[in-house]
Amino acid sequence: MIELFQQAANNASIKQTKSVSRRDFLKLTGMTTSGFVLGSMLSVSLPAWAHGNASHVGDNTLNLFVTIETNGRVNIVCHRSEMGQGIRTSIPQIVADELCVAWKDVHVVQGLANEAYGSQNTDGSRSIRNFYAKMREMGATARTILEQAAAEQWAVPIADVYADDSFVINKNTKQKISFAALAEPASKIKPPAPDSLIYKSKKDFKYIGKPIQIIDLPDMVTGNAIFGQDVKLEGMLYASIERNPVVGSKVESFDKAAAMKTGGVVDVYKMPEQPTPVVFNPANGVAVIATNTWAASQGRKALNIKWGDSPHKDHDSAEYLAKLNQRIVGKGKTIRQGGDAYAAMQQSQKKIAATYTVPYLVHAPMEPPAATAVFKDGKCEVWACTQTPQNTQQNVAAALGIAKENVTVNVTLLGGAFGRKSKADFSIEAALLTKYTGKPVKVIWSREDDIRQGYYHSISSQYFEAGLTADNAVNAWIQRTAFPSISWTFDGATDEPSDGELSLGFGDVPFNVENLSCETHKAPAHIRIGWVRSVCNIQHAFAQGSFVDELAHAAKVPTHKMWHQLLGNDRFVNPKDQGFEYANYGETLERFPIDTKRLKNVLDDVVTKSGADKPTANGEAWGISAHRSFVSYVAVATKVRVKDNKVTVLEMHSSIDAGTVVNPDRVRSQQEGSMIFGLSLAMMGEITVKEGAVEQSNYNDYQVLRMSQSPLITTYIVESDAIPGGVGEPGTPPVAPSLTNAIFHACGKRIRDLPVNKHFTV
Amino acid sequence: MISFTLNDKPIKVDADPKMPLLWALRDLLDMTGTKYGCGIAQCGACTVHMDGTPIRSCVMPLSTIAGKNITTIEGLSSDASHPIQQAWLEHNVPQCGYCQSGQIMSAVALLESNPNPDDAAIDNAMQGNICRCGTYPRIKAAIKDAARNVSITNVDFSLAKNAGEKA
Repeated sequence: MIELFQQAANNASIKQTKSVSRRDFLKLTGMTTSGFVLGSMLSVSLPAWAHGNASHVGDNTLNLFVTIETNGRVNIVCHRSEMGQGIRTSIPQIVADELCVAWKDVHVVQGLANEAYGSQNTDGSRSIRNFYAKMREMGATARTILEQAAAEQWAVPIADVYADDSFVINKNTKQKISFAALAEPASKIKPPAPDSLIYKSKKDFKYIGKPIQIIDLPDMVTGNAIFGQDVKLEGMLYASIERNPVVGSKVESFDKAAAMKTGGVVDVYKMPEQPTPVVFNPANGVAVIATNTWAASQGRKALNIKWGDSPHKDHDSAEYLAKLNQRIVGKGKTIRQGGDAYAAMQQSQKKIAATYTVPYLVHAPMEPPAATAVFKDGKCEVWACTQTPQNTQQNVAAALGIAKENVTVNVTLLGGAFGRKSKADFSIEAALLTKYTGKPVKVIWSREDDIRQGYYHSISSQYFEAGLTADNAVNAWIQRTAFPSISWTFDGATDEPSDGELSLGFGDVPFNVENLSCETHKAPAHIRIGWVRSVCNIQHAFAQGSFVDELAHAAKVPTHKMWHQLLGNDRFVNPKDQGFEYANYGETLERFPIDTKRLKNVLDDVVTKSGADKPTANGEAWGISAHRSFVSYVAVATKVRVKDNKVTVLEMHSSIDAGTVVNPDRVRSQQEGSMIFGLSLAMMGEITVKEGAVEQSNYNDYQVLRMSQSPLITTYIVESDAIPGGVGEPGTPPVAPSLTNAIFHACGKRIRDLPVNKHFTV
Repeated sequence: MISFTLNDKPIKVDADPKMPLLWALRDLLDMTGTKYGCGIAQCGACTVHMDGTPIRSCVMPLSTIAGKNITTIEGLSSDASHPIQQAWLEHNVPQCGYCQSGQIMSAVALLESNPNPDDAAIDNAMQGNICRCGTYPRIKAAIKDAARNVSITNVDFSLAKNAGEKA
């Protein structure tokens, strides 16, 4: 999700390219080993980042993203994982547009783990923003080669031909040749240099910017879509693993014989001890291996495992949060500073201060993690609902003690993920168990496993303090945050927020306040911490968006006006000017500045279109908030009714400026999903820990939003030709503060500690 | 050996009678359209019909379905031609798609019993089906559209009728 963590997780350079073996190639294109098919493949181009790599020069059979078969089928590789964002449609949309292929001819092929694609880590809302330009290049390169092949056949200059709808057409004679007929001659043409390519202009786009229906839709409504949980191999065994309830505790003893007596159980295996730092290593535990999932889960109940001690056994989330709340009111470590906030605060006419907290959260995707693996002749093949196939490949190879070239990772559809499936732990488990049994093994995580063995969103405390002048200008601003760091998961040592995490809505505060101090406090980790959709933006946007509302109330101005006042003139904010090493989601500030104009614009857009500035009925009110994350800008307006201590969310509107959008329907569906995800965590999301162990277990005690709690939702997309920004995550951060602000305006109760259901029926 | 009817075909399963129908479908019969989500009838991903009534197959032991008529998502139509599936396509409902088999089976049952449901009736019938991607607004719109289309075209899309036609 954040470059920093990827580097920690991926002990290999993602930039290094590797040639694809014939077997991998055939597999990734979904073809059989037919020489005829291979011979007719269109060699398109190497990715831009592969140029200069000697192993690729002249290798015209290697084609990473596009192949054309003689029957006219055009295979386009999607190298990113599909988890509901529609990427298996939008990546091919970009390639297909520049390629000038008819959409009906497009066949999408899911890419295997392969570093030649560049990063496949499907996280950080960056599939489109990182690959938009490269995918256009892939399509344009292929189209140019096809045009070249046709021009050679007709003996005319390439300028006299053009491609359209799976044909190349002679401008003068109107003769046409199909892509299918050109596939073979085109495969012998050397790819043009990327800087010689001619791209379409926006007005000529046929697919980019169009709401194309997702390619997996028919399978999804007929039950034919294959997810990680659905994989089945010949002779496969099913494994269910009982894992340690407290991080670090080891298996001391267990009753193998009792588990073996369960019908259908064929073996019981103690998993290798988990090293520290925990990283993505499977937790300590005992696997029950059976002929079906039910038998494995029943066998597990008989294990009677005695667990050893752990340094984390006394962790209690309620006590821990109370400690953070004590710590947060004192001065912390300064990470960004402008002027002298403490001196200015002393001179303020009015001082406003508040502490905001967000509990631990867990992803709880509808499909719990699952992975299937087969180990044979020193090679391993994995099928998994993974967001990170390359990292899975590396981790599986390391766990089995084989070269990663001997590990093939197939990416299934992901039944939701939200960051959980970035971790390779479940795939490593499957690999270890297939090696142990000598048979294909599917590891099935139960819902209880998913809730109790997660990589949790951090528990956090935020303190905000502002000083107002007599005319209600904000002249001093102090903000602090404390939460256990994701870095601990990777190094076992970090005990304070990292710069990468502070770059998520904290150190990048965009307000035009002369005297500013951003500070952090220590917060050691006691459970596995991971990234959950929009990561630390969740707590930082909640605190910031709530605090702006509190300041507006104190200054007796509309919240919308206070936002404008704080954001100030149209300008680019550079947190580095005030000493903060801002990560900007891996992008430069030149390409993706923090643009206050765009943030004000989405806020104005949502307020105007939703009617959030209009009067409401008694007991009803609007709340608003805005946030820049993943280099996109989102504002949300929420209308609630509070009656008899029950909160009903009536309407929710969201406006996004994500620059150029590829598939507006999927941007809207991500907006809808982001709002419901944000509303769910704000209303009822809470993981608690007692004696080191997570207390919740399933959807009965880790509640998530249901249809009856889901409001009327409206989405707006700001028309923009800017470079594409993120879409999957930025919709979530402004949701929680817009909700709690609305509740405050409806009934006067300010909620500073999520979730809302601690205070109201929801 | 437990005998029942699965998507209009007689079937026999040799398994522990305590095994929930869900795992027999998925692991023994290779019918993976019905999904596992919670195992305790909280999420609805495993919804199938038993004699026309929606049930959570994750908590339904095989012993209780002997002699019953079970319909799964695979029995609705193989070509997405069922009016509810058509409405799902029309509204581009799914995101990740995992919960959608269960959502569709619940929606079909709702419209069979109430061909013209209002918002409250839809909420009530669908609140046992969780979607973490947040497709609720589109599900609701699709159900309303399907109801409208069915009433306009007089299509009887009840499973009983369809099953009869197929037979």
